[in-house]
Amino acid sequence: MSVELAHYLTVGAMIFGVGIAIALAKRNAIAVLMGVELMLNGVNLTFLAFSRFGGAFDAADAPLAGHVFVVFVLTVAAAEAAVALAMAVLIYRRRETVDLDRINLMRW
Amino acid sequence: MDSAGIIVAFWLLSAIAVGSAVGVFLARNLIHAVVLLVLSFVATAGLFVTLSADFIAAAQVLIYAGAIPVLMVFAVMLTPLAGRDNGNSLYVVPGVLLGGAFAVIVAIVAIDAEWGAAGAATLAGQSFETTADAIGDALLGRYVLAFEVASVLLLAALIGAIVLVREDEPA
Repeated sequence: MSVELAHYLTVGAMIFGVGIAIALAKRNAIAVLMGVELMLNGVNLTFLAFSRFGGAFDAADAPLAGHVFVVFVLTVAAAEAAVALAMAVLIYRRRETVDLDRINLMRW
Repeated sequence: MDSAGIIVAFWLLSAIAVGSAVGVFLARNLIHAVVLLVLSFVATAGLFVTLSADFIAAAQVLIYAGAIPVLMVFAVMLTPLAGRDNGNSLYVVPGVLLGGAFAVIVAIVAIDAEWGAAGAATLAGQSFETTADAIGDALLGRYVLAFEVASVLLLAALIGAIVLVREDEPA
């Protein structure tokens, strides 16, 4: 019994799947953002698992490339959260709701 | 063959991470959902530690478990009339089906695939090394252009967020 690459990939996929379900099924815009953050988190776990089990410490040309990619994902997630939550507050100020089913001004 | 400690740590942290992610879906109160989200992120940081990613684990606790939930709690508090309920939309059945199908399919593929040397490696087979210095070298060397673009992106996002939520001043 030992922990291998496939175990980490499975956990990452489960977190990503729960994130998909939350992002699709929730009405509140802030809850949808939580689902997106969970999806990014599952992807980060997959990156680090491949980096660890793929021998990133021994790679001569690009050591720890997976770790560097995760750093950029963290950066973009922070920027995305700041802008998305600002938009949620702005929409609430104009429409008094953050319910995505009721923000349908542009519906055809 | 890994030691018992790492196996117990992996299964415990995985159960907490996935379980509290499901709890975010099931929680009826948005504030409870944020707290469960923090728990999931902290457990994932523990999984990062088992993968020898010490710097990323610290950054995960600071950014994902620290800064982003604070923003989310602020956003929930600033939208009081929108309610605290974490209700579902009409897409709950397709959403759960799609998420479950994705997780099952990727799990089957990951377990069945031939990963070669990477799949045969175990956590105990490699030594724990600190990563912060190597990541710093990579960020300011090979990936310096992407690093600078990321800094401009962060600046633009922060200025954009401030401009978006600023109250209009009377002229």
